[in-house]
Amino acid sequence: MNGFLNWIEQRIPMMRVANMHAIQYPAPVNMNFWYVFGFLATIVLVNQIVTGVWLTMNFEPSAERAFFSVEYIMREIDFGWLIRYMHSTGASAFFIVVYMHMFRGMIYGSYQKPRELLWVFGMLIYLALMAEAFMGYVLPWGQMSYWGAQVIVSLFSAIPVIGPDLVIWIQGDYVISGATLNRFFALHVIALPLVIVILVFLHIIALHEVGSNNPDGIAIKHKKGSLAEEDKTKYKIHEYYTDKYDIADDVVPFFPHIVLKDLVAFSIFLGVFSYIMFFAPEMGGYFLEHPNFEIANPLKTPEHIFPVWYFTPFYAILKAVPDKLFGVLAMFGAIAALFALPWVDRGSVRSWRYRSGLHTWNLIIFAIVFIFLGYLGGTPQADWKIVASQILTVMYFGFFGLLWIYSKNETTKPVPERITK
Amino acid sequence: MSNVSADANQSASNEQPQSSNRRKFLTVATSVIGGVGAVGAAIPFVASWNPSAKAKAAGADIEVDISGVAPGQLIRVMWRSKPVWIVRRTPELLASLEGIEDQLRDPSSEQEQQPAYAQNRYRSIKEEYLVLVGICTHLGCSPQHLTEGAFAEYAEGVPEGFFCPCHGSKFDMAGRVFQGVPAPLNLVVPPYQFLTDTTLLIGSDA
Repeated sequence: MNGFLNWIEQRIPMMRVANMHAIQYPAPVNMNFWYVFGFLATIVLVNQIVTGVWLTMNFEPSAERAFFSVEYIMREIDFGWLIRYMHSTGASAFFIVVYMHMFRGMIYGSYQKPRELLWVFGMLIYLALMAEAFMGYVLPWGQMSYWGAQVIVSLFSAIPVIGPDLVIWIQGDYVISGATLNRFFALHVIALPLVIVILVFLHIIALHEVGSNNPDGIAIKHKKGSLAEEDKTKYKIHEYYTDKYDIADDVVPFFPHIVLKDLVAFSIFLGVFSYIMFFAPEMGGYFLEHPNFEIANPLKTPEHIFPVWYFTPFYAILKAVPDKLFGVLAMFGAIAALFALPWVDRGSVRSWRYRSGLHTWNLIIFAIVFIFLGYLGGTPQADWKIVASQILTVMYFGFFGLLWIYSKNETTKPVPERITK
Repeated sequence: MSNVSADANQSASNEQPQSSNRRKFLTVATSVIGGVGAVGAAIPFVASWNPSAKAKAAGADIEVDISGVAPGQLIRVMWRSKPVWIVRRTPELLASLEGIEDQLRDPSSEQEQQPAYAQNRYRSIKEEYLVLVGICTHLGCSPQHLTEGAFAEYAEGVPEGFFCPCHGSKFDMAGRVFQGVPAPLNLVVPPYQFLTDTTLLIGSDA
C-alpha cells in the first residue's frame, strides 16, 4: 500500500498538497463561529453544481418550453421537486453565507494588508455570483424572470452613446426573448460556474499564502528566529510555512481541528436549510417570487417588480436616485466601494476588538443600513420609502467616507502580541 | 553534426547585438500578429450575440387597420415583441393636453424620443391618433392606461394618462412624462406612417 502511494506521490504531489493546505495548514486556534461561512459557501457551491447538473438533464432552454420543463421537473421527475428546491434554496443560502462571510471580513479587518488581493478575489466571486444568480433566475421564464431581466438588462441602456445598441446585443433581439434565455442558460451552466470555481481556487491559494486572519486580527506567523522554542506550536506544520516563519503556539492544523468545527456548523446549517427546503421553499415569496409561477408575458407587467431578496439593497439604491444614469452609477458604486475597502480603511489595527467605539458603531450601523435598504428595495413603492432609501443610500456611502476619515488617526486599544485564549 | 553546432555558436557570439535586435523584432512581430489573430478570432464570437436573421425578420414592419378604433379607445399591437399603443383621442382630451404642460418634464418633446414629424404637442402625425411604444422609459415596464378619473389619483386634475406600476412613473395622453417621477424621458413614438386613412404602417416612415 505504501509503495503504491509513493508511486503516486512521485508522479503527482497528492499528499504534499493535502499536507500543505489541510493536514499541516496552521489555522488560528481562536477562530470562532464567524469563521464557518467560507466552508459553508464551499459546500453550497458543490450543492449548486451537483443539483444544477441534474436540473440541466430535464430543463429545456427555450422561450416555448422553459416554463413547462420546470413544471415537468417539479411534477413528473422522481425527486425533481427536491433537486430543484435544493438548487433554488441553495441560491438564497449562498448569499446568506456569503454576506455573513463578507461581514466577518469587515469586523475583523480581514481585508487589510496583506490580504487586499484575497478580499478582491472574494469580491470578484461575489460579482460573478450575482451574475450567476441573476441569469439563473431568468431560466424558469416566469413573469418575474422576464420582467426582472427586462429591468436589469435595461440598466445598460443608461450608458451614454452605446447603451441602446449594447442592450440589443446582450438580448440578441429587440426585446428579452428566447435568444436571451438561451445565452443566459449557456452562461449560467458553463461560463460563470467555471469562472466561479477558478476564482474560488485563487481565493484559497491567496488565503493560504497570506494566512488566515482571526478574531484578534493579529499574526500567528512571526519573524524567523523571533520566538522562543516553548512559544512555537507543538503541532506538525508544513515546512512551506515553518521555513519562512516561526509559527506561534496559537495554531491548530486545519484538518481535522477546524474541519470538525466546520462540520458542526454544517450540521446546524443543514437543519435550517432542510427546514426551509421542505416546509417553506418559497420563503413567503422571498426566495421564489409568486409572479414567477405565471409564464412570462411581455405584454403584462406584474404589479410590482422586485429582484430576489439578495439584490434588493442595491435595487433600493438604484431607485433612490431620481436620475437614471446616476442611479445606475450609484448602484455599481455601492459594489465598487466594497472592492475599495482595503484602501479606504487606512488603519493598521484589524479587529474591531481593538479599534475605536466609533468603528464598532460604524460597522453595526452599516449592517443595519444594508438590511433596511434590502427591505425598502423589496417592498412596494411609497413616498416615505423614497426619502428613506435616499437617506440610507447616503448612510451606506457614509460608512466608507467616515472610515476613510477616522481610520487615519484612530484611537485604538493595545493589540496583544499573542492570541487571547 | 559538430560542425553545425560550432557554426551556430560562432555566429551567435559574433553577431550578438544583431541577434538581440532580431529577437526583439520577432517577439514584437509575433505579438502583434498574434494579437490581430486573437481579435479576428473574437469577432465571430462577439457578432454571434447580435440578433439573428430570424430575429431581424420578426422585427419587421407591421400594418395595422385602425378603421374599427372608436374615439377614446386604446388598442395594443405587437411590434418587435413590444406593445405598441394606438389611441384615438377625443377633441376634449386633445384640448386638455395644453393645460398640464407646467407639470411635465419635456412638454415640447425636445429629447429625441420621437421622429421629427411627431415633435409637436400631440406627438403624432394626425392629432387624433397617438402611436406609442408602451414601455416605460425608466426600466422597461409597461405602464397602465388609466381613464375616467382613475389617473387623477396620481396627478391631480388630470383625468386620463399612463401610470407605470413598477416605480410610479406618470405620462400624459401624448406620452409626455410628468415631473418628479423616476422615468427620465417621454415615451417613445415609433417610426410610422399612414398608408391610407385607416391603415398604419409601424416600423418605417419613408
